[in-house]
Amino acid sequence: MKIVGICGSIVGTKTRTAMNYTVKALAEKYPYVEVAILDLADYDLQFSDGRSYLEYEGDTGFVTKTIMEADAIIIGTPIFQASIPATLKNIFDLLPVDALRDKVVSMLVTAGSPKHYLIAEQQLKPILSYMKAQLVQTYVFIEEKDFYRNEIINDDILFRINRLVEDTVVLTETYSKIREAKEAEYGF
Amino acid sequence: MEKYRIDQRKGLEFGIYTLGDHIPDPNTGKRISAEQRIHEIIELAKIAEQAGIDFFSVGESHQEYFTTQAHSVVLAAIAQATEKIKIASSSTIISTSDPVRVYEDFATIDLISKGRAEIIAGRASRVGLFDLLGYKLRDYEELYEEKFELLLKINKEEVVNWSGQFRAPLKDASVLPRPKSGHLPIWRAVGGPPASAIKAGYAGVPMFLATLGGPATSFKYSIEAYREAARQNGHNPAELPIATAGFFYAAETTQQAQREYYPYINEGMKVTNGRGYPKQQFAQGADPRDVMNIGSPQQIIEKILYQHELFGHQRYIAQMDFGGVPFDKLRKNIELIGTEILPAIKKHTAK
Repeated sequence: MKIVGICGSIVGTKTRTAMNYTVKALAEKYPYVEVAILDLADYDLQFSDGRSYLEYEGDTGFVTKTIMEADAIIIGTPIFQASIPATLKNIFDLLPVDALRDKVVSMLVTAGSPKHYLIAEQQLKPILSYMKAQLVQTYVFIEEKDFYRNEIINDDILFRINRLVEDTVVLTETYSKIREAKEAEYGF
Repeated sequence: MEKYRIDQRKGLEFGIYTLGDHIPDPNTGKRISAEQRIHEIIELAKIAEQAGIDFFSVGESHQEYFTTQAHSVVLAAIAQATEKIKIASSSTIISTSDPVRVYEDFATIDLISKGRAEIIAGRASRVGLFDLLGYKLRDYEELYEEKFELLLKINKEEVVNWSGQFRAPLKDASVLPRPKSGHLPIWRAVGGPPASAIKAGYAGVPMFLATLGGPATSFKYSIEAYREAARQNGHNPAELPIATAGFFYAAETTQQAQREYYPYINEGMKVTNGRGYPKQQFAQGADPRDVMNIGSPQQIIEKILYQHELFGHQRYIAQMDFGGVPFDKLRKNIELIGTEILPAIKKHTAK
């Protein structure tokens, strides 16, 4: 099983910090899972120009292909101007319409204000559903006060991250079993 | 319709098209040489002609896993190797070519084949060729519209005066040689939502409609939109032929056809589009209402007749070689078409 964690912004550290905790929890509990982090700050990505994802080169090609090869994706994102960052939206625009078919996607959101709580629900989930993802419905919402100097200091958040990791792996395994059983019935 | 060399009394035309893909056989992992693939395409056209098939076409895709980038050269070889089957491109990417050179090539193929050549002009679903040939992808729409218009103009006028954005102007230019009957049937390749079909209707040109999967009734919208747009712009839809093109694979039973073909379509989609073909959708493809013609000869006959009733189209073009299907299977398909499918379709659609 391949899981890719995306840090959806090229600004700041909180999403990356939360994603580091997530990947650590994943590695500890499920050592057999292959995990990679795509921190968009580490890559020089071009804007989507409508071509097939296979035709992008360099960092853009690497990032799109890594996502397409994953069985599950954990999206970590801050909230900018009451929405997802443009850098994260660009990732979706770079991919085909049904790119997330047969993939489980879970979400982790960092925000400066509790007023942003429903943004993942109302703006991120519809995009993921449109792209045919199987969603882990419950996401982890982390506020600024939960961080102190690149650490998460609220145990509730750590517990929630552990549950997010568990749900992501369990759902990925479950959906793949369901799919295998269903596909075996087709007889071709 | 005569202008487009179509005689409706003879019933629905049946054709074969290939994209010229060059993909390892997923069952063996082995890939034949480009040389062998090209010769097999020429041979496929020959046996299609012998089986009574009306039409054969070859497309261009400029990327890995394809081998007929120079599709007009392959078509010239087919012109020489055959005697009566109609031959065409599917598609010629007019956006990234010079319409003058395209016309010279196809007029020449028309003369070699003694009046059998046609052009289907498209704008590419895979866009690697824009970089390769030195065009900007952001001009995608305008390159196509301008060059397609010029191609039609060259077809209509023996002396051309033209100027545009993407090519040097033409002043009292004669584009030679002229095709056998003075002009070629030129089709507009259409895929996706009805917007593209509407443009073909406005231009009053024949439409080649890709119908890859899903209920046939979904494609009916594009066909109606095409005819309506043609009517609104002063063209008579009754004089404009429509061709549909899609996946085809026949075997003794529908289950056997699905079992044999799925690995190829899945692999083909994987290497050319980056995603396999979802099994669930492929399974639905067997439904009589689905546009995908994969199944037993009887099931395919019923589907094509149903589609004909729904669309009222003049030509159906089958893609059967996608994804590395070995030649013995293609030969078997041609045999099933020639002995079972084609006679039934002609019988029910000829007037």
